[in-house]
Amino acid sequence: MRKLSFEPSRVLIYLVVSLLAAAYLAPLVVVVLNSFRSNQEIAQASMIGWPKQWAWSNYAAAWSGFCVAETCTGIRPYMLNSALVTIPATIISTMLGAVAGYAVSLWRFRGDSWIYGIVTLGLFLPQQMRLLPWTVVLRDIGLINTLTGLVLVHTIQGLSFTTLFCRNYYAAVPHELIRAARIDGAGFFRIFWRIILPLSSPILIVTVIWQFTHIWNEFLYGVTFTTGQQQPVTAALIALSAAIADIPQHGVQSAAVLIAALPTLLVYFFGGRYFVRGLTAGAVK
Amino acid sequence: MSALTVRDLTKKFGPVEVLKGIDLEIGTGEFIVLVGPSGCGKSTLLNIIAGLERQSSGMIEIGGRVVNDVAPKDRDIAMVFQSYALYPSMTVRQNITFGMECRHEPKSKQDAAVADVARLLQIERLLGRKPSQLSGGQRQRVAIGRALVRNPLLFLFDEPLSNLDAKLRVEMRMEIKRLHQRIGATIVYVTHDQIEAMTMATRIAVMHRGQVQQFADPDTVYRYPANLFVARFMGSPPMNTMRARLEAGNGGPVAVIGAGRPDEVRIHLQRYDAAASFVDREVVFGIRPECIAESSRMFTGAAPIIVSAPVEMVEPTGAETIVLLRLGGEAAMARITPDLRPTPGACADFALDTRRICLFDPETERLIT
Repeated sequence: MRKLSFEPSRVLIYLVVSLLAAAYLAPLVVVVLNSFRSNQEIAQASMIGWPKQWAWSNYAAAWSGFCVAETCTGIRPYMLNSALVTIPATIISTMLGAVAGYAVSLWRFRGDSWIYGIVTLGLFLPQQMRLLPWTVVLRDIGLINTLTGLVLVHTIQGLSFTTLFCRNYYAAVPHELIRAARIDGAGFFRIFWRIILPLSSPILIVTVIWQFTHIWNEFLYGVTFTTGQQQPVTAALIALSAAIADIPQHGVQSAAVLIAALPTLLVYFFGGRYFVRGLTAGAVK
Repeated sequence: MSALTVRDLTKKFGPVEVLKGIDLEIGTGEFIVLVGPSGCGKSTLLNIIAGLERQSSGMIEIGGRVVNDVAPKDRDIAMVFQSYALYPSMTVRQNITFGMECRHEPKSKQDAAVADVARLLQIERLLGRKPSQLSGGQRQRVAIGRALVRNPLLFLFDEPLSNLDAKLRVEMRMEIKRLHQRIGATIVYVTHDQIEAMTMATRIAVMHRGQVQQFADPDTVYRYPANLFVARFMGSPPMNTMRARLEAGNGGPVAVIGAGRPDEVRIHLQRYDAAASFVDREVVFGIRPECIAESSRMFTGAAPIIVSAPVEMVEPTGAETIVLLRLGGEAAMARITPDLRPTPGACADFALDTRRICLFDPETERLIT
């Protein structure tokens, strides 16, 4: 067995690291604790404190009972909205990014590097800059304040990232594979479907996790392009805190935040190791 | 019928001209090897024949049909790649049938074709495996099977043995040659390995700087290299080339290596009439290492010339001893019997076979005779 050593320098390092970790985790702890405390308890004591009684009712209220902007349905319909936006936008942007990455990395055509450059330029444009153009587009095609509109925005904005990741992954695929398939008589889509896609699971997992997390947590588009019943949960949470501004409902609010964060946390817990593995996955041999 | 005709083919990548007017005429059943150092354009030429790259100008005809603008799949060709290029997610069977699947051929025909090819290449046991479960030699066999199953007019091989270890390379080399003899297919085979070229080809096209330097059968390429490049590229160790001065002599010219030096070597040449116009001029004197041997060696047909030369280094290979020596001050290699190990630094006698000496024009670098 290894001997435990208590060198002073090591103790100091652990002390500092623990303090930083505690500082970083403190807000989460406060939110988790508050989600189990009743309103009176928080009002009488303070925002920070251990629950005297574990109040599960906050979660029930946040989920389906609480009133947001005059409708008393909790955050359930908004969670559904988020799912209806996030799931299709994640799938479509990942598939399109895979096809686009495959095209720019494994096929030569005039202007291919320009197209790739322009697509990935989208990564560097600030989100606020895109708001106005998107408003005009969504208005003109009649998709403002619809979930379909949000799916469209997230799909297209997601393409920069998904194309970048897939292209870099496919860059390691030997070109001779494509040449062999072309001589065998396979076309663009058959090669993608039969040869490239079956090699792609590591990178598809990475892009799906990334896209899901980002679209689910996205706030600005949601709050700008939708109102009322059409909002995703991130935007609805703000409406919730506005609604309870007069009478603070920190318990319900905390529970709502935690419910809203749950899907991405689950994705992280179950997919995180694939994410890291996928990021470091190299050549396809 | 000519299986493949290439006429005045050029290829430019931007300002760089990688192929400068290639002409080749290949008959049915021939085994043509394109050989040359890396960057000579041989792989580009093969890719253009396959239709994977487009020529800048010129014409390609496969089986009597001009295919300049025909897609690779419609050229009636099959190709074997250096990296094997087996589809990683498919089994060996699926790899072999993928082409037929793309051409929508019936399942029964696919099964029969796979069975035939698998028997021919002895890969029946491997049909259910994925490429990652195969050894290098097995992968190459499957890649060849994938080409064979197409039964094309023309087989293209792009350095298929370069990824194999030396022992396996020799085995597969023989196997490919045997396969060619058995099925009589027309093959264009690219390699940088001149031994592969010598052993397998019916004709060799030696390429350098985007041009075919010589296109002839292996013996001609070896014995009468068209120019200094071919002379120095083919053969291992390559042909010894050294500057010499040609002087008039009885019954033929005399090549003088290191003229004017105390150790000058005078070699009397017979039947070298074509060199008459080079008398009293500089030439490049070429002699194969196997034409310099130990002094007791008897070459058939002619009495050898015996010269004494200082030995610089000795490399025993087991089958023979390679000796680095000086002829008239110029470095040369000799292949002598393995039993002899001349002492480096000392002089030794060597027998020269003068029948196969090549003379080159030092300006054009072309073969004189």
